[in-house]
Amino acid sequence: MDAIILQILNGLDKGSAYALIALGLTLIFGTLGVVNFAHGALFMIGAFCAVTLSRILTISHTIVDETQKDFLGNPLKVDVPYVYDWFGEATGNVIIDWAVPLSILFAIPVMILIGVIMERGLIKHFYKRPHADQILVTFGLAIVLQEVIKYFYGANPIPTPAPDAFRGSFDFGLMLGFDANQIIYPYWRLVYFAFAAVIIGAVFAFLQFTTFGMVVRAGMADRETVGLLGINIDKRFTIMFGLAAAVAGLAGVMYTPINSPNYHMGMDFLVLSFVVVVVGGMGSLPGAVLAGFLLGILESFASMGAVIDLLPGINQIIIYLVAIIILLTRPRGLMGRKGVMED
Amino acid sequence: MLGLSKKDLNLLFIVFVLTMCAPFILNPFPEGSAMAQFNAGYPDLMQRFVIFGIFAIGFNILFGLTGYLSFGHAAFLGVGSYSAVWMFKLLSMNVIPAIVLSVMVAGLFSVLIGYISLRRSGIYFSILTLAFAQMSFALAYSVLTPVTGGETGLQLALNDPRILDGAASSAGNIPVPGLFGLEMRDSTFLRLGDWVFTFNVGYYFSAVIMLLSFYLAIRIFRSPFGMMLRAIKSNQQRMNYTGLNPKPYTLAAFVISGMYAGLAGGLMAAMDPLAGAERMFWTASGEVVLMTILGGVGTLIGPVLGAGLIKYMENIISKINSEILHGWFAFMPDGIEDFMVAIVYPFIGKGWHLTLGIVFMLVVIFLPGGLVEGGQRIARMFRRKKTTQDNTPGTTEPAE
Repeated sequence: MDAIILQILNGLDKGSAYALIALGLTLIFGTLGVVNFAHGALFMIGAFCAVTLSRILTISHTIVDETQKDFLGNPLKVDVPYVYDWFGEATGNVIIDWAVPLSILFAIPVMILIGVIMERGLIKHFYKRPHADQILVTFGLAIVLQEVIKYFYGANPIPTPAPDAFRGSFDFGLMLGFDANQIIYPYWRLVYFAFAAVIIGAVFAFLQFTTFGMVVRAGMADRETVGLLGINIDKRFTIMFGLAAAVAGLAGVMYTPINSPNYHMGMDFLVLSFVVVVVGGMGSLPGAVLAGFLLGILESFASMGAVIDLLPGINQIIIYLVAIIILLTRPRGLMGRKGVMED
Repeated sequence: MLGLSKKDLNLLFIVFVLTMCAPFILNPFPEGSAMAQFNAGYPDLMQRFVIFGIFAIGFNILFGLTGYLSFGHAAFLGVGSYSAVWMFKLLSMNVIPAIVLSVMVAGLFSVLIGYISLRRSGIYFSILTLAFAQMSFALAYSVLTPVTGGETGLQLALNDPRILDGAASSAGNIPVPGLFGLEMRDSTFLRLGDWVFTFNVGYYFSAVIMLLSFYLAIRIFRSPFGMMLRAIKSNQQRMNYTGLNPKPYTLAAFVISGMYAGLAGGLMAAMDPLAGAERMFWTASGEVVLMTILGGVGTLIGPVLGAGLIKYMENIISKINSEILHGWFAFMPDGIEDFMVAIVYPFIGKGWHLTLGIVFMLVVIFLPGGLVEGGQRIARMFRRKKTTQDNTPGTTEPAE
């Protein structure tokens, strides 16, 4: 029992990442009808927003500290981040410690900007071209973005720790009446799950309860008619693209403490997220979220010792296996809409 | 001749001449000169040109003719490599049985994957092939370690049975792949003044196979079967209505291109007898997509050009470092020199992928037909100029 609960919990954080990326992909596909292979790169750029902010916060100037001596007896030179000068040492430390959560504020405008530039500058010209062309050009864009990041940040993963307060683990077992240390779970992964839930909820609420969201949903259903009603649907779809980029970016920002960002993390997630989208059903937002969590949990169950003993290697292929079965038995995916890319 | 039209025959002849003279053409700069680093005439790289040429030709039969974009073609290449190495381990170091086996195994594997994946089309087909290839990669990397060698890859060993050849060569080393006594790695050198030209057995062997597969591809392109494949690309529904079932044709194209990939994989193992799972990774599949698109999808010569271009960039451009750049711009004043180096540096050396990505995007955006279309456009521009010159003021045009 405890093992099962633990695997479900383990699946939740990976599933949250899949769900967030797949949600963004589906937003883009459902609104603009574009298959965006550069979405993984957006996730990666989000993660590097966190890296950038924590670097900016620790920009320092050197001062000579008379109170400390080095081993030769000379006054020690100390690097003092500018944040200390502005906010005092205690507050400054807290700010640096909380760099990753703070990056959310930094990442949202950056990602929306990148998304809008991408859509207006490149993707706009590909609406009328076949899906294969869209895949190819965004694939090329993903390579370019990845290489640019590699040029500036190097090829090695950059550790970006979570705030101190979340660094420990949480003993779930005690809460449910198990013995201590039976089910322990890092705090940050809980935070990630909660964060993903909030973002997903916010996106759905935005689409469901605002006028803007209503227009976008109408545009997803029938773009032409909405255009004929005198609504500038292109502008709204561009904003949705920026929003989708921001969702992917935020997923990346919060993922940095779980997995140190490197330049090809986007590609690794992209393949899986595409599988998630297809399993959930092209163009179905709830489907993408559901499939994301489902596959994340399935993957963590497949990596249980008992399962691996039974079927060696299953943890590596389970997602693809499920995708193949679903694609062949349910052509529209789990919750796909009728008439959306059915062939 | 050979059942080809005059135009195709000319193309085949040009490719024949180019591949046969490649050691000269690719080595235009004398040894030791500043430009010698642009020489691509060394065996390893020339072999890669033709082997990836075969891979891309095969991929083009599927993607160029039927329009099915497979993102998992590297799996067949990997399977071909593994089976070739196994043949070297078990039977003989002769490359012929190894290559035959790798083509056959890749063919069988592609029947299996193709039969399932081709039940869907469009992006779903891409995802399905991607999923299968990633599965093969993951399995080869982990569970199938006894068969594939796992992380270290599959290598020859001294205690392999090798029924026909005996385990070790006369010198007691691991024998090298060969063709009836001709070792694949043998080279003869021709020295002409400062120039050194290398003629490598493995390269010529692969080049002959490449020419054969190129010829086969031309025949497929011009055959009624090729026509059917084009029909699948342009309108499958209409094909259905005329009473033709597209499925068997698509599957045949898939299997043929899978066998081409297996052939390329077998050749890779024949040139260097080891095989690793990373050959099956999806970025390797992406690479062949890049090659085909860059060169010109659906054209005969395009994929070969694309493969050559990418492999050239990978091996030559990536070797340029900042010192060489400083050497190039040394004639400029110091400040401008540093500035130029700073601008160019991100695009070369380790950053060659960036150049590749940018070029690829530009090609997809502006030249959907790839380099071949670019060449045709330039040619047409010149021809148009000629025709305008021919229009001397005396001739009159029909008024329309």
